[in-house]
Amino acid sequence: MFLVYPSVDTFRRSLMNSNSTEFVGLESYARVFAKEETQLALLNSLLWMIVFTGVTTALGLLIAVMIERVRYDVIVKTLVFLPMAISFTAAAVIWRFVYGFQPTGFPQWGAANAALTTLGFDSHPFLISKEVIPFYGINNVAVIVAAVWMTTGFAMMVFSAAIRGLPQELLEAARVDGAKEWQVFWHIIRPSIMPTIYVVATVLVISALKVFDLVFVMTGGLFETDVVANRMYKEMFEYREFGIATALSVILLFLSLPVIAINIRRFRRQERER
Amino acid sequence: MRPTNATQGLKAIRLQPDTWIQRVIRAASRGPLHLVLIAIALLWTFPSVGLLVSSFRPKLNVATSGWWTAFQLPFEFTLENYAFVLFRRGVGDSFVSSILITVPATFLTILVASFAAFAFAWMSFRLRDFLFFFVIALLVVPLQMTLIPLLNLLGFFKLNATYLGIWLVHMGFGLPFAVFLLRNFFAALPREMLEASQVDGASSRVVFFKIVLPLSTPALASLAIFMFLWIWNDLLVALIFLGGSPELVPGILPPVSADRGPLTLTIASLVSSRGADWELLTAAAFVSMLLPLVVFFALQRYFVRGLLTGGLRG
Repeated sequence: MFLVYPSVDTFRRSLMNSNSTEFVGLESYARVFAKEETQLALLNSLLWMIVFTGVTTALGLLIAVMIERVRYDVIVKTLVFLPMAISFTAAAVIWRFVYGFQPTGFPQWGAANAALTTLGFDSHPFLISKEVIPFYGINNVAVIVAAVWMTTGFAMMVFSAAIRGLPQELLEAARVDGAKEWQVFWHIIRPSIMPTIYVVATVLVISALKVFDLVFVMTGGLFETDVVANRMYKEMFEYREFGIATALSVILLFLSLPVIAINIRRFRRQERER
Repeated sequence: MRPTNATQGLKAIRLQPDTWIQRVIRAASRGPLHLVLIAIALLWTFPSVGLLVSSFRPKLNVATSGWWTAFQLPFEFTLENYAFVLFRRGVGDSFVSSILITVPATFLTILVASFAAFAFAWMSFRLRDFLFFFVIALLVVPLQMTLIPLLNLLGFFKLNATYLGIWLVHMGFGLPFAVFLLRNFFAALPREMLEASQVDGASSRVVFFKIVLPLSTPALASLAIFMFLWIWNDLLVALIFLGGSPELVPGILPPVSADRGPLTLTIASLVSSRGADWELLTAAAFVSMLLPLVVFFALQRYFVRGLLTGGLRG
């Protein structure tokens, strides 16, 4: 009731003009793909999907593998997991503070720029700078870093549980046979937890698509950091472009459809085992 | 084989507690691993600690020096920032508002979800499996899909910017995940036990309240934590359904007592209006983190368990 009727209605509105009074077919979709701002938001969301998902999965896996070999694992786990509990809004405040900027030569109170200037570099306005580093603007990467900081704990926890669930004799046997740690990881751990990696990655892809709060509070989508969810909010409540806003949300749904299919398939398999 | 004296001797030597020097040497041999892990732990803690420390520093110090310099003499710490945001910037009211939104919404969701989950798990009715697939599909419907129509719907019932309205919205968004999680837990309960009590003449209601719910405390606990954190930490729903400004439009039902939005909303508007007053922002942000952190530390076990069974809400 709270989701079905609205979804259908959204779909209907996406086929209508900007104040939902006239049927215009796919025109709103055409405008989404033609307009520069929405193109940018779509492109950035794609970047989020790839970079955020990739980095968070890899980092979570790395930490999960490493903490298996030390005795203070609980402490590291708790610290990395902690940001999961707080809001994106609070995290955005935390990271805006970290990225705080003063011109070179002035005392830096933002941790990131303090580190830069201590090492002898110039200070850098991370959240404004569009300067392109390897593939995209620094400010985009800066926001993604905050998201990675928040979510890595989730990936780590899930991977850590999966690794603990593996038969320990198998790993020990390989070690006794002289396998190096990275070989144990690559040839035994990685293939056996592949399904888990898959699940974590899909969850992260979905949350990357929907990321809103962080961008809204950290940059407001300015300086070319806009993403689909934030663009939608703007089109809806600032420009009253209901056609474009709803078309964007339908695109969002289509991008997440494969995940729905995967979820249902997984459920069916579980039921058969019941 | 019984251990010989020699191996016993060896064991005795090994079992002697390490001196700290020995420990350091052993740790150093696996240096890189420890180094990386400690670096990660610090990196993950650093930003939050910075926030916490800054929130206790006087305005002038926050604006002119890094928080890491706060630990030199003379120590200058103050509670003024907290007093100011709590009583002069509406953060205190927002805290109350956040509680008034989060607690009933969490309770409502769990109540409705447990009924639905019980039906899905243990009653047979037409289209049951189809309906459940449907619930799973709803798990990943982006919230954004529903915003505009839902806003109209609430407006139609005159529920915009009321507590009841926002409870219902949060419940709507939380239900698919809640039903999914609980149904899977209920379905795993021993079938014999439920059938036996039904044979003994217990009605579905009795089975539900006397058997299923008490057995499901762990699942209910993890769900409660999840719902609590989601709703407490939500910005988007508050932003849209409370009118986009921290001042609530007075609604009809129920009267909005603390005329402020939840904490996330107040903080977001503080960021845009007083973005350079870091001593205020840090204090306000920490107030908003307080309860989640308490929940997190007190109930981490349930939180992790819920995470492993249910995953993040899509």
